[in-house]
Amino acid sequence: MGTTKITALPGSPQVTIEREFDAPRDLVFRAHMDPELLVQWLGPRRLTMRVERYDVRDGGTYRYIHSGEDGTEHGFHGVFHGDPSPDGAVQTFEYEGYPGHVSLDTAVFEDGGAKTLVRINSVFQSAEDRDGMYAAGAEEGMNEGYERLDELLARLMAPVA
Amino acid sequence: MTADQLSEVFGALADPTRRAILLRLTEGDANVGELAAPFRVSQPAISRHLKVLERAGLISRSRRATARLSHLEAEPLRDATAWLDRYRAYWDESYERLDALLAALQRENVVDRPPPRKGQERSR
Repeated sequence: MGTTKITALPGSPQVTIEREFDAPRDLVFRAHMDPELLVQWLGPRRLTMRVERYDVRDGGTYRYIHSGEDGTEHGFHGVFHGDPSPDGAVQTFEYEGYPGHVSLDTAVFEDGGAKTLVRINSVFQSAEDRDGMYAAGAEEGMNEGYERLDELLARLMAPVA
Repeated sequence: MTADQLSEVFGALADPTRRAILLRLTEGDANVGELAAPFRVSQPAISRHLKVLERAGLISRSRRATARLSHLEAEPLRDATAWLDRYRAYWDESYERLDALLAALQRENVVDRPPPRKGQERSR
């Protein structure tokens, strides 16, 4: 099981995610593009995901909703740009709780035989947009507990992980 | 914390000297001379960095006798990195679920490989 590497330089509008999976590339790609599979893994377990539309083609739109047991709903939508393939899936992404702050996300699925490396490059319109996106979801009640301050500093000191 | 305050914090953190100053202050309060010592920059330059950090709310400064001590303020840093913690929590949990799903799908495929569904075939 891999570890997720997230790189977010202070003051930058970009976030990159890297994660390796023990599965061939076509299957990992399918898990990202087939809504029946996507609802089984995307998002925290305590939220139920439903897909309103997921039209995987150039110009196709998608919308999905994460809903909590208390009835709160978080909608996300965007557009695919270019026909998504394992070489590159490009889409816009917007959290409806933070409207107007759109990111452009590119996912690449690198073939490693029995393993696949997924790289996601997410670029927001500004650094503030990037940081505000998840700050806006704060009321969702993710109580992740603050790490110790020196760990925070260590992360800030070495942003190019 | 507003988006403006948050961007002030991130602006302050964008500079490596200022991050090093913050790291030094985790060991305890210090005056400008002590803070300047590890760097090849003048005390006035360090003072300018301290002003930026103070404006962002990352440090506070007090006078003790003639020395002006800088003190680390942790709260804005917590706010500034909270979004990243949430982002990480979201993807960590999602990807753990994806690991399990991929393992299950591969087990199914070994036993009984279903024919590719329409629209699943891709020319590569």
